[in-house]
Amino acid sequence: MIALEGHPKSALEISDVWKYYGDFPALRAVALNIEPGSALALLGRNGAGKTTLLRIIAGLSRPSRGSVKIQGLDARDEATRRRIGILGHGIALYDELSAIENLTLFGRLYGLPDARKRADEMLERVGLARVRDGLAREFSRGMRQRLAVGRAFLHDPEVLLLDEPFTALDDRAIAVLQSMIQSMRDRGRTIIMSTHQLREALELASHVALLQRGQIVHSGERAQQMLDDTGWLYRTYGEN
Amino acid sequence: MFLRLFLRDAWTIAAKDLHSELRTKDAWNASIAFSVVILLLFSFSFDPSSDQVREFSGGLLWMTYAFAGALVLNRSFAREVQNDCLDALIASPVSSAALFIGKALANFAMLFAVELVSLPVFVLFYNLAWGAAQVGPMLLVLALGTWALTVIGTLFSALTVNLRLRELMLPTLVYPMMIPALIAAMTLTTDLLAGQPLGIGIRFLVAFDIIFTVLAVVFVDTVLVG
Repeated sequence: MIALEGHPKSALEISDVWKYYGDFPALRAVALNIEPGSALALLGRNGAGKTTLLRIIAGLSRPSRGSVKIQGLDARDEATRRRIGILGHGIALYDELSAIENLTLFGRLYGLPDARKRADEMLERVGLARVRDGLAREFSRGMRQRLAVGRAFLHDPEVLLLDEPFTALDDRAIAVLQSMIQSMRDRGRTIIMSTHQLREALELASHVALLQRGQIVHSGERAQQMLDDTGWLYRTYGEN
Repeated sequence: MFLRLFLRDAWTIAAKDLHSELRTKDAWNASIAFSVVILLLFSFSFDPSSDQVREFSGGLLWMTYAFAGALVLNRSFAREVQNDCLDALIASPVSSAALFIGKALANFAMLFAVELVSLPVFVLFYNLAWGAAQVGPMLLVLALGTWALTVIGTLFSALTVNLRLRELMLPTLVYPMMIPALIAAMTLTTDLLAGQPLGIGIRFLVAFDIIFTVLAVVFVDTVLVG
């Protein structure tokens, strides 16, 4: 449990969350309190339940038991979803729309007052302003990834969920993403990321939680020891 | 305020779907080609008298529209699977109901356009004599029948979106549900072609549309999120 002290409201409060797929418990009694402004690295091996937990936090799936509150509100609440940004495995962009059309669409869905202007600003930020009218399907893999990063950050979310954010990114996309995550951290936004790239994640994280077979086996502040030896956490708390 | 936001979100989704479809024309081309070819093939395969045409025309027309509609409806949520776009839509602050209505409106517009293109083919090749007085009621029947196909088809398109055999499953699930609305629309169309006024079937279609729209709006969040 990542303790919450001196804050009237948690950024994220996960209480006794279970998720069953048939009879299989993908998550077992997961409980976490995350302070506003924290950057949590959610670690675990394949199948540990990281993506399932992130999907429940994002409101994409309902827990079988337990509750998830984001800033005191239910995860499926409309006001909650307005505060969340998510960058998942897929880029979540329409191939047949242009870069500017894609970002303007999501700007409108998030109710941004001047969606097109905001989309233009974001394209500038991720280095795609030059190809703003190009169709997403015509972009290289790296450009599509940067456009996906722009979509996730477009509405300046208070809570950012990143599922394996550095996987398969090219160098430029990694640089863009790291700079945007750092900017979010500087502004006190809450970040939760699941990852296999331990070093990148631990450098950005203020806290870590280790999931093993659907259970949180360790959670707390990131220690220098974890950075010095990224395998330490797994060796200490993880299964062999 | 709530209604204004709801309608704005629904329109944003509908405009996005129509814009995407106009750019690729995947469902549109397949649906138009299917409906025109079926109507032409039937017109060449037998040579009925005008009395016979009046008897089966409603059935032929609506069966064609129902199958052509499946081609449009299959694409509705399937286009969201690519790149995990559906997750981004569900995670956005747009309500599931607005998402559903937006998609249903886009499907309705596409299917109605297919019908308006293929209807003259039907009139021409089956030697039907239509007066101006029949156009208004026919458009009303088309609109109500099409919304019935659309609202059920869109809901089941969401339900089957993650199935491997969704192209097969959608028609299998949808057609039995559509039978009451199809029978009403067929009967009304046949009556109109026989020069009779709209009967009680129009009230049935209105009631069907209202009931299934409300049910779909209520249950779509469960269908999408679980």
